[in-house]
Amino acid sequence: MTLDQIIKIVQGKAISAEVDLSTEIETAFGADLMSDVLAFVHTGTMLLTGLTNPQAVRTAEMAGVTAIMFVRGKCPPAPTIALAAEKKIPLLWSPYTMYETCGRLYEAGLRSGGLLDLASETWGEGFEKA
Amino acid sequence: MERIGKTPTKAQELVYELRVKQVMSSDLIVVPPDWPMSQVKALMRTHRISGAPVVQDGKLVGMVSLEQVIRALEAGQMDACVRDRMTASPHVLREEETVISAINQFARHGYGRFPVINAAGELVGLLTKGDIVSGLLKQMELLWHAEEERRYQYQHMFEDIESDQTTLTLRYQVRQHDFDTGGEASSKIKRALERLGAHPQTVRRVAVATYEAEINIMIHSVGGELIAELSPGRIVVVAQDAGPGIEDVEQAMLAGYSTAPDWIRELGFGAGMGLSNIRSCCDTINLTSEMGVGTRLEMVFFTQDRGAR
Repeated sequence: MTLDQIIKIVQGKAISAEVDLSTEIETAFGADLMSDVLAFVHTGTMLLTGLTNPQAVRTAEMAGVTAIMFVRGKCPPAPTIALAAEKKIPLLWSPYTMYETCGRLYEAGLRSGGLLDLASETWGEGFEKA
Repeated sequence: MERIGKTPTKAQELVYELRVKQVMSSDLIVVPPDWPMSQVKALMRTHRISGAPVVQDGKLVGMVSLEQVIRALEAGQMDACVRDRMTASPHVLREEETVISAINQFARHGYGRFPVINAAGELVGLLTKGDIVSGLLKQMELLWHAEEERRYQYQHMFEDIESDQTTLTLRYQVRQHDFDTGGEASSKIKRALERLGAHPQTVRRVAVATYEAEINIMIHSVGGELIAELSPGRIVVVAQDAGPGIEDVEQAMLAGYSTAPDWIRELGFGAGMGLSNIRSCCDTINLTSEMGVGTRLEMVFFTQDRGAR
């Protein structure tokens, strides 16, 4: 699915000035907890989040995220937009809530990447112990 | 495949960057206007060319082509002067024009070659489609060599330097509560590993663990530093701070345990998953802390190959 299609599906828009709307997105992941993003996200994923501080972009960079969509109609502050431009990570905007945005995209065929073995094993162990 | 049109290839980029003077041929074979066409035919055969500029007193006055020689031959007018059979006031290219502009003019006018002039209007070269193709190939070969050399430098850095143990140390300061520029150190370490040709999986493990550690220093300490030591087969990242220290190290290692205040949680951190994430990313982890002194977290990553991959 291209960024162009994704924007149409959620009636959103591109925040970044220079966005290649033909960029292909394979999978998506929604979270407001950055440690979850770091633990569970596959390279090449679009991140859906309500967090708009620059660390959302940093996290995306470390996890190899392809694009970030801000949900709940949130607009990121200037430092976030500047850092994303520097790291060449496109920023998108959705007027809908996290649940609604994810639902619309999932319905349109954008799936998750499943769990990373690395993270799920360790986290699963912790769960069993508890 | 539909992206090909939107992502320019190196060749497409080059035709916009290269100038006509970089690809034209400048060792010119020129013809004076008073030669008979028979002499032009002989010249073309000897030099295996299919066209030439006509020059009088150092000035370009026309172009003569193989086609014009053939026409003269058919009409039995091989004694005619070049002046009478040539294309007078031919279309010229300027040496500073881009190659893409030249390509467009080849398409528009259908000529096989264009004379090239400099700013003073003097003839300085000749451009054929073949010159463009070989010029592009030559330029791409140069770029490829430069890239190869760069790759070699990074990947063989550890092999070329002889010592009993070679280590590259990268050191970065991390400031307390600096959520605007924080993460820069991890970003630079990640980039260094990519440049050294580390395996993408290794880059990811080190990047995620280092970033979580950097965030921990930003949130919980008065400030500290990140030190990455890259050596063949092994990457060690140490995150250390100047206090206040962790009261119960064992508890801090538990998933979900956190002492972060609410405002940190609002930034998307402080859920107590950082150390769990770090542990799942690195091969060995060593956390020591002393109250009032500081905390030292050592993360070791083993890499599959030699050369810090």
